[in-house]
Amino acid sequence: MINVNYRIIFYKFGVMKFLGHLDIMRYFQKAFKRAKIDVSYSKGYNPHMIMSFASPLGTGLTSDGEYLDVSLNEDIDNKVLIDRLNEQMVDGMYIAGAAKLSDECKNSMSIVAAATYLVSVKDGYNQEIYYFKNIFREKIKELYSSDEIKVIKATKKSEKEVDIKPLIINIDYNDFDYSNSCAEIFDNQIHVVMTLSAGSENNLKPELIIKALCEFCNINYNEFAYQYHRTEMYYREDDDAIKPLLGKDAYDMLIQRELFVNSN
Amino acid sequence: MKKSMIKSALKDELLLKVEKPARYIGNEFNMVRKDYKSVDIRFCMCFPDVYEIGMSHLGIQILYDMFNKREDTYCERVYSPWVDMDKVLRENDIPLFALESQTPVKDFDFLGITLQYEMCYTNILQILDLSKIPIYSKDRDDSCPIVIGGGPCAYNPEPIADFFDMFYIGEGETSYKELLDVYKEYKKTNKTREEFLRRASRISGIYVPSLYNVEYNEDGTIKNFEPVYDDIPKKVKKEIVKDLDASSYPEKPLVPYIKVTQDRVVLEIQRGCTRGCRFCQAGMIYRPVRERDVDYLKDLAIKMLESTGHEEISLSSLSSSDYSKLQELVYYLIDEISSKGINISLPSLRIDAFSLDVMSKVQDVRKSSLTFAPEAGSQRLRNVINKGLTKEVILKGAMDAFISGWNKVKLYFMLGLPTETYEDIEQIAVLSDEIAREYYTIPKDERNGKVSITSSTSFFVPKPFTPFQWVRMNTVEEFLEKQRFLNGKMKEQLNYKSIKYNWHEAETTLLEGILARGDRKLCPVIYDVYKKGAIFDAWGEFFKYDAWIETFKEHNIDINFYTTREREFDEILPWDFIDIGVTKKFLWNEYNKGKNEEVTLNCMTKCSGCGAGTFKTGVCLKVKG
Repeated sequence: MINVNYRIIFYKFGVMKFLGHLDIMRYFQKAFKRAKIDVSYSKGYNPHMIMSFASPLGTGLTSDGEYLDVSLNEDIDNKVLIDRLNEQMVDGMYIAGAAKLSDECKNSMSIVAAATYLVSVKDGYNQEIYYFKNIFREKIKELYSSDEIKVIKATKKSEKEVDIKPLIINIDYNDFDYSNSCAEIFDNQIHVVMTLSAGSENNLKPELIIKALCEFCNINYNEFAYQYHRTEMYYREDDDAIKPLLGKDAYDMLIQRELFVNSN
Repeated sequence: MKKSMIKSALKDELLLKVEKPARYIGNEFNMVRKDYKSVDIRFCMCFPDVYEIGMSHLGIQILYDMFNKREDTYCERVYSPWVDMDKVLRENDIPLFALESQTPVKDFDFLGITLQYEMCYTNILQILDLSKIPIYSKDRDDSCPIVIGGGPCAYNPEPIADFFDMFYIGEGETSYKELLDVYKEYKKTNKTREEFLRRASRISGIYVPSLYNVEYNEDGTIKNFEPVYDDIPKKVKKEIVKDLDASSYPEKPLVPYIKVTQDRVVLEIQRGCTRGCRFCQAGMIYRPVRERDVDYLKDLAIKMLESTGHEEISLSSLSSSDYSKLQELVYYLIDEISSKGINISLPSLRIDAFSLDVMSKVQDVRKSSLTFAPEAGSQRLRNVINKGLTKEVILKGAMDAFISGWNKVKLYFMLGLPTETYEDIEQIAVLSDEIAREYYTIPKDERNGKVSITSSTSFFVPKPFTPFQWVRMNTVEEFLEKQRFLNGKMKEQLNYKSIKYNWHEAETTLLEGILARGDRKLCPVIYDVYKKGAIFDAWGEFFKYDAWIETFKEHNIDINFYTTREREFDEILPWDFIDIGVTKKFLWNEYNKGKNEEVTLNCMTKCSGCGAGTFKTGVCLKVKG
């Protein structure tokens, strides 16, 4: 039996942001079944589809760059795979690309090293809009220029103070380019783009930076006032540069982002 | 180009505050999308319990598909908001909305509520209240949807009669066409709600409670039950599908995101049951039994699996073993789909050579268990209830299964059946033990570890349209005494360590008993107890037993009138105005045969002239009396 590993990149938007990671996994299992794509199953008493995700996206977040690795018992063209899956997608899910991976490629979960997020202030949260109007990026710049950024990080076992500054890879102070993105556009236009360390060891959630920012500005953090949107995930090259996950060890790759037009 | 078409009724913050926001977003795969502004009829279908329960219900999926096949109609769905969402909606003054269009339920033409169990009655009031539809039908005006109830509890709609504009009695596939056509005509001509209701009451299967007057005797029984106008039928005959293969069945069922109770394709292979168990309401109201064509089912099974991506299919019926082409269907499914990693689940299957072979092919023997429902411990009492399952059959079935490697057995019984004695109850423990003893006759080196027997008892609730509709129900004290007695007897058994005994809540049963055979006098009680905060009564953690009891007292209602009172044959029962085909005389004869421990044969063997022959379909055409 042949066996080909694929990496798929997809968008998550609209009401689908209210679905948790486990439900997204179940959703894809059924979508692959409907698309009649021959996914490999694990051996053993409870066979399950060999499928893994680079990094679970929290409930409430949207994304232009979610990654799914899947092992198939067939070699199908990337375009066919994308199209057949897109026929099975609901409003709020869209396949943007696929790549065939060489055998030596490790799964995306183990190689993901960074992720980029667009953080926007939602409309209707007047205190935040009033406060951050025209100074959101400046305040973040100020915060980022401190020697260290201490936050309380809660784990299942304990709470501890950590310095998250080394986990910030880059903050982009330019306006976000909404073309080919599913990110929601808010009237207040307050937003910033940041690239943060990701993965099992040094994962930094964008919420923590905004929390630190609010503390820095002496305002209360309202968890519902911000929309977090992931735009891309990366692996780290030997020379320390970060590159989008889809390209890692891919010998055949197709991205059709141009089909996606943000018109909200 | 892709963009989200959905505008959620709730802002993000509210959805993120509740557990499982996916219950309220709709957008499931196979959800029907239409422009609600351009249809003539908007029908909102409701299952008055939480999403995961409601989404598992086949009936709604059938009607959803059937309504949406009409171009002039858009059928959407709503389920009971869980307690957290209930709070959010009330605090923010947001009207309850349908999942598809995310628009208020109050804007619909119809609100159809399925009535699957009595314990959901307060949830119906929650739905109406949150929708801002007046709870009492008499308070509604032309701006409100027509509130219609259907499903098994509609066979005695009286305890909730005041909350509904109409009920649909029987199977939904038949009369809705006429009802919707008539409605469309009335909407066009701007006639009033009253005019529509009166016209609808002449449609077969439609019962408009406000058009019937009930008079009571001094003792609380019914003196008179009459329509208020001459052109309204005195009796409402249940609706029934004559040809199931020609009726509507969803080839593309909705696929929920969150794990629901029935997370699988459900294939209804037949409707009705020929067995005639005297306690069973479904066995009477769905008569006569009708099978679906096996080739039709094979085709449907594949189509539904392909359109949903589900990894399991369940064959649904009241008694699968009685389906004449079961072997052909099951072996076909095993050949076609088992290799593709799809499971087949077969509930309500008799244990025999065929079922053991099938189960060994589709399940993991070490993990699965055998299920028997003897319902009563002794043969005497099984004859009373006409449960044609003997000890020999159970022991042989269990032994065959033990030899094939099974070692887990589940047994289901009822306590409080008519004529029951403590000897009958003791036999539940004895039978459980005998099955364990049977296991240990197998030589030790051939056994698969220890045997595990789980015996469960529920309390018997007399239901309308059964031979036991007249009988006295046990009190809570009697139930608990019987349960304690049985628990003690279980511990006296030789293999008591291998037997686990489970039981149900007696308080819930009491309420179910009151509501099941209740009358219109209960409407204000349900209203008041809802106002005291009762919802989700079917969920133990929310059941406010004390509030119910207190409210009955406030209304001077004697619970025993509904539960422990043995009725006379001549009494007008609240549900007597419904004609289910099966006659009252047949049910009474069955009751008396039961008391004499006489068995009535299965319809397939011999017709006993129950009256369902009037529908001229199904088994009635095949078997002569």
